[in-house]
Amino acid sequence: MKLDSKIPGGPLAEKWSKHKFNVKLVNPANKRKYDIIVVGTGLAGASAAASFGELGYNVKAFCFQDSPRRAHSIAAQGGINAAKNYQNDGDSVFRLFYDTIKGGDYRSREGNVYRLAEVSVDIIDQCVAQGVPFAREYGGLLANRSFGGAQVSRTFYAKGQTGQQLLLGAYSALSRQVSNGKVKLHAREEMIDLVMKDGKAVGIITRNLVTGKIESHSAHAVVLATGGYGNVFFLSTNAMGSNVTAAWRAHKKGALFANPCFTQIHPTCIPVSGDHQSKLTLMSESLRNDGRVWVPKSKEDAEKIRKGELKPTDLPEDKRDYYLEERYPSFGNLVPRDVASRNAKNVCDEGRGVAKTGLAVYLDFADAIKRDSRKVIESKYGNLFDMYQQITGENPYETPMMIYPAVHYTMGGLWVDYNLMTNIPGLYAIGEANFSDHGANRLGASALMQGLADGYFVIPYTIGDYLATLPYEKVSSDDEVFKQAENDIEEKIQKLLSIKGEKTVDDFHKALGHIMWEYCGMSRNEEGLKKAKQEIKKLKEEFWQNVNVIGGNDELNQSLEKANRVADFLELGELMIDDALDRSESCGGHFREESQTEEGEAKRKDDEFSYVSAWEYQGENAEEVLHKEDLVFENVKLTQRSYK
Amino acid sequence: MRITLKVWRQKNTQDKGNFKTYKLDNISPDMSFLEMFDVLNEQLVRQGEDPVHFDHDCREGICGMCSLYINGKPHGPKQTTTCQLHMRSFNDGDTITVEPWRATAFPVLKDLVVDRTSFDRVIQAGGYISINTGGVPDANEIPIPKKDADKAMDAAACIGCGACVAACKNASAMLFVSAKISQFSLLPQGQTERKTRAEKMIAQMDSEGFGACTNTGACSAECPKEISLTNIARMNREYFTAKVGSDNV
Ligand SMILES: Cc1cc2nc3c(=O)[nH]c(=O)nc-3n(C[C@H](O)[C@H](O)[C@H](O)COP(=O)(O)OP(=O)(O)OC[C@H]3O[C@@H](n4cnc5c(N)ncnc54)[C@H](O)[C@@H]3O)c2cc1C
Ligand code: SF4
Ligand code: FES
Repeated sequence: MKLDSKIPGGPLAEKWSKHKFNVKLVNPANKRKYDIIVVGTGLAGASAAASFGELGYNVKAFCFQDSPRRAHSIAAQGGINAAKNYQNDGDSVFRLFYDTIKGGDYRSREGNVYRLAEVSVDIIDQCVAQGVPFAREYGGLLANRSFGGAQVSRTFYAKGQTGQQLLLGAYSALSRQVSNGKVKLHAREEMIDLVMKDGKAVGIITRNLVTGKIESHSAHAVVLATGGYGNVFFLSTNAMGSNVTAAWRAHKKGALFANPCFTQIHPTCIPVSGDHQSKLTLMSESLRNDGRVWVPKSKEDAEKIRKGELKPTDLPEDKRDYYLEERYPSFGNLVPRDVASRNAKNVCDEGRGVAKTGLAVYLDFADAIKRDSRKVIESKYGNLFDMYQQITGENPYETPMMIYPAVHYTMGGLWVDYNLMTNIPGLYAIGEANFSDHGANRLGASALMQGLADGYFVIPYTIGDYLATLPYEKVSSDDEVFKQAENDIEEKIQKLLSIKGEKTVDDFHKALGHIMWEYCGMSRNEEGLKKAKQEIKKLKEEFWQNVNVIGGNDELNQSLEKANRVADFLELGELMIDDALDRSESCGGHFREESQTEEGEAKRKDDEFSYVSAWEYQGENAEEVLHKEDLVFENVKLTQRSYK
Repeated sequence: MRITLKVWRQKNTQDKGNFKTYKLDNISPDMSFLEMFDVLNEQLVRQGEDPVHFDHDCREGICGMCSLYINGKPHGPKQTTTCQLHMRSFNDGDTITVEPWRATAFPVLKDLVVDRTSFDRVIQAGGYISINTGGVPDANEIPIPKKDADKAMDAAACIGCGACVAACKNASAMLFVSAKISQFSLLPQGQTERKTRAEKMIAQMDSEGFGACTNTGACSAECPKEISLTNIARMNREYFTAKVGSDNV
């Protein structure tokens, strides 16, 4: 299979304008003759569905929550990047492009990333016009903060609730199209299969989560905006319902899955407190602007702190190791996420971790409070501090916060070309669900940017290029292909319900998460990965013989919903391992112990691995086939990332 | 900790429903309230019984999906969301009663899960600024006094959970609706449609079967995002001005 990224030729800065001019257009009066399905109503899905509706297309929008406003984008705290250069500190489209390519450790496409930086400025304009209440300065203009991996202030924010406000903006635009009759909402309806005819995507099969009804929906094009798959690790900062099902079922129908092993482990999360833990809570990375990361210099002091014999506030300065400031003087506490996470793991592995478990480091605001006053810190991070106190029972104004890395974001996802179309004609993937812009590591505040860029400013143009080639008549949902797909799904559900084994769905999900975290987490090696692969295979087999799913299909059945999702996670987990095994270099969030510098930093191998891995499904229990898309760099020079 | 739970079980909207009692030992005070429910549900599944259904997603207090009425209070004893409530807020040996939100506009779907799509329809009636994607002015061409932006942000912080409705003896949705109307009426971008927005959203709210507001303030007292009652006063002013100057009288 030849992978064509369809990156337009010509100078970097002109590619997108040229492409926009060259794509086929659908005449305004004809747009109403085309139907588009959008699965997902997060930033990517809601913005796309609203924009399609405004253009005149007929849209069906799906989400599994009870309302589109609850998509997981709502939880993003820190902010959204844009190359506005409002601060006059030397930012530009090229700099945002450069930071993103470098931050992604040179494993993304120049053309896509440049376009992302280019449209970033339009996003902010759009959101302000919608009434998104971004933070402002006293003069009435927009405020910015800085974020990890960048030396300029380009992050726009709305208190610690940026994702919420951006999503509510997109949701309001979506709601307007619902009231105009251009978008039909299907909340509490989960996509469980993709339907194809003659090699093209023609619709989806869904399960109505309230009644259990299996339904067919046909359209001219299908857009997946279903978010990331971090929950394969069981514990992550994702919402409980976040899942890979839509993307995975599309993969099983032929869509290539790209870079599945590229996972982002976020450095600032609240540490695990016990076995009952159901999810992990992120403390926004923006906290690293003012908080200082440290652990005790000696193991002995760390041990005393763990036992509660010594208070961190009583440990004198010269006995503390501000290891990020020490090792990376120019970026200090603001090094990219993968670097910050790995360093936290290292100091804990050395026995210098804090908290009862020894799996935590401090994030200390004492100096910032002294410098700026408690009031200033409260106005910046008040809600985050409250949340921390709520969860841990400790007051971060008085004692340093404790943090530890946790799975947060998945850079991998469905392979797409420059038009955001997968290798299946008519099937698109946008937002976190695709693999496109972040390479091997995503910089903070750039997922929100990408979701909205894809949804507001890219796909509304590029989808026309495909639709313009289609007849107005679509494949009917009574067609044989839909009937067949419905039958397959019903069979699969009946199988799940009939096993009636000994273990709960969560038992399997936790076991899978444990394997993934242990062997495919912050650092990976060949031996561990091979072992993990065998363990996952065994677990998968056991799942299909021994899981207990209560109840029937024709009702609201949360056990069944979970079982469906975990079945897919088990298969995805194995592919992640395959991908991590293939890539025997370290890059971004993927740290292969076999490939490090003498100082223990990640070592890329550009000669061998400057490619996107795109995996093709081959059937139940068959090994997937790897296709490689070579990455070409014409505008940046590949260097080993250094944040020293 | 040992806990006795009295939980509302109802198979579907048609079923009458009733309370069932469950006993749990070994609950850690560090667990969240929903994690305590996870423990109960794992136990029920192992016994082959249908787990208790409840809505939840982010478990970070921001998506607004969780919705339990705990010991007579929406989201329980603290002014936070159910997912952010921890067992350390209860005592060893407590009996805790858990019910769904109760309101005509929020029918029960199963156990503790209710249908809140009425909220979506209120927003669809006018909770937006009517602009299309693209062709908007540069963001900094609309300066907004920090004070107004901050107030708009406070109103916009509503998570649409519905606790205000559950807390109100009339099941009024005034706090939720007024938060959205306030956000836009405080911002220059919201001025053009100011009048019609208030009229349309309030008309939709009434048609969904939410009750009248009798100013008891229970909504704001239980709101996990501390949405203030001044929003209701502002909405009433908006509505009054709208009616006086309306083309639709
Ligand atoms: C705690 C947290 C904080 C973050 N903070 C930031 C930040 O400060 N800045 C930043 O840039 N990024 C941040 N991120 C990352 C960012 O929020 C996400 O990557 C981004 O919001 C994803 O948006 P999305 O639209 O792709 O998907 P989501 O918002 O996850 O939406 C997925 C949608 O798909 C639907 N869906 C999924 N599967 C199905 C199915 N099978 N059938 C039907 N519907 C389905 C869901 O219902 C939902 O509507 C954060 C992430 C987390 C977890
Ligand atoms: S006003 Fe408060 S209680 Fe009501 S929906 Fe909004 S956040 Fe929930
Ligand atoms: S689960 Fe999201 S607010 Fe409680």
